[in-house]
Amino acid sequence: MSVAEQTQESTLPSLTIVKDAACTFCGCVCDDMELTVENNRITKAKNACVLGKAWFLNHHIDDRPDATIKGQPVSYEEAIEYAADILLNARNPVTYGLSDTTCEAQRVAVAITDWVGGTVDTTTSVCHGPSGMAFQGVGEVTATLGEIKNRADCVIYWGGNPAESHPRHFTRYSLTPKGQFLPNGRKDRYAVLIDVRKTKSAKAMDEFIQIKPRCDFELIWAMRALAKGVEVGPEIEQKTGVPLAQLQALVDRMKTAKFGVILFGMGLTMTRGKHMNTEAVLSLARDLNKFTRWTAKPMRGHGNVTGADNVVSWSTGYPFGVNLSRGYPRFNPGEYTTSDLLLRGEADAAMIIASDPMSNFCQQARDHFVRIPTIVLDPKLSESAKVATVAFTTATYGINVAGTAYRMDDVPIYLRPAFQSKYRSDYEILKAIETRIRERQLAAS
Amino acid sequence: MPETFILIPGRTSRQGTTLNEGKYTDDYKDETNTLIASGDDMRRLGIADGDLVRMWNEVGSVVLPCKSASAGEMPSGLLFISYGPTSCHLMKAETHGSGMPDSKGMDVFLERVATG
Repeated sequence: MSVAEQTQESTLPSLTIVKDAACTFCGCVCDDMELTVENNRITKAKNACVLGKAWFLNHHIDDRPDATIKGQPVSYEEAIEYAADILLNARNPVTYGLSDTTCEAQRVAVAITDWVGGTVDTTTSVCHGPSGMAFQGVGEVTATLGEIKNRADCVIYWGGNPAESHPRHFTRYSLTPKGQFLPNGRKDRYAVLIDVRKTKSAKAMDEFIQIKPRCDFELIWAMRALAKGVEVGPEIEQKTGVPLAQLQALVDRMKTAKFGVILFGMGLTMTRGKHMNTEAVLSLARDLNKFTRWTAKPMRGHGNVTGADNVVSWSTGYPFGVNLSRGYPRFNPGEYTTSDLLLRGEADAAMIIASDPMSNFCQQARDHFVRIPTIVLDPKLSESAKVATVAFTTATYGINVAGTAYRMDDVPIYLRPAFQSKYRSDYEILKAIETRIRERQLAAS
Repeated sequence: MPETFILIPGRTSRQGTTLNEGKYTDDYKDETNTLIASGDDMRRLGIADGDLVRMWNEVGSVVLPCKSASAGEMPSGLLFISYGPTSCHLMKAETHGSGMPDSKGMDVFLERVATG
């Protein structure tokens, strides 16, 4: 491990310091971790937030079989063969998950899905999938977190609670850090939270706007109108809970900012309106560029969900919910997204990488999941791994596995592992499945 | 007649930290199985801090403890729960052509069941 320094003789209990490690718990992918590793346990995680500390300090390697078939331990080779069987015999297999693994593994998962003519989908479809649809609908005026740190003097957080979901976002990127054009840091920024609930994030703001539930679209549309000088009636307060004067003052402030950003969360994508809500936010940011510079970015959750979007996009042209059964990619959320494929009973096999649909999907989807042959790759014995036909125990990316993850602003970060796992990486297992599938396909042809 | 509320599942610090400790730990189960309501709504419905409530919709039904939100956090009519298995139990399957079920803003009924 080139980045690690062995600080004691190998005969003594091992103590390793890993500098510039990246935390892959949330989409911030903070890459300034300094990890102290003692006897294959991380005992200190300098610079980590409360979530990062929990991610690193609780990490341990389970004592489970490398692989099981129908719950019984089997050899790795048997499991690979059985997994290849499942995928080759399926007519409509779905590959799902991928947001907590490396881009290198994601790439192989897409390739396998292409070889077997299945559907590849990621946890984006139940996260910011509607944002992905909105990007295709109206485009995205984007920025990196570096630009936001150095330039954004007006920051609007909408439908999210970064203080609890992305604890270092405020201090590392968007609120308090001093930037090239913001020498006084927090004092040079105006920050607003728009949400239905006065969360802990509100304390860090200059202004909190409490909106009625399910009225985000109406509020954003009114802001678009005000930005263009179109009259908006005072009844907007009755509809959204926000007084017209407060809304006008906010829009005026946005138009006079030097560089603004709307950072939006799943309060927009998971609630009624979904992609229409995010299309409205993206449109508002676009509109404001007639007056000054504005951008909009989704607050992404899992450590490499942004990488999944990128890899699936540069492999197929679409970010998630991509069907490859006709030999060319077709994108149709609602049809080729995993929750829908399962609840309609259309998928006849599933390969799950680093995700747990049995914990998070609706009951109908779970009911179908247990009826079909499934392959699950997971470091933990998740609910999905418990019912999997073939289950592989894997090494944890970022902690035990090197590779690439994309930060929420589409910036790739190299992952420096803290220590080795006795288990294989997702990449190794997927590559073995792909190899076996190709051998059998070529032999058959 | 039970009252209708809008349920908002979401992330919390404790949900994130206990998730890393394990989905089967008591702390994770406690965090993702506790309902937060406004003090005004709880008083009106005769619910004391820690009382068990039943929350249901056309998808499912759960019984869980209810606690009061901090002052000013929640408007009347809104409920909050840390995202997890309990909230998913009430999630509708319909994605409206988006792939995304309605995971926030669910219509639910609420009634007090027992003293906590």
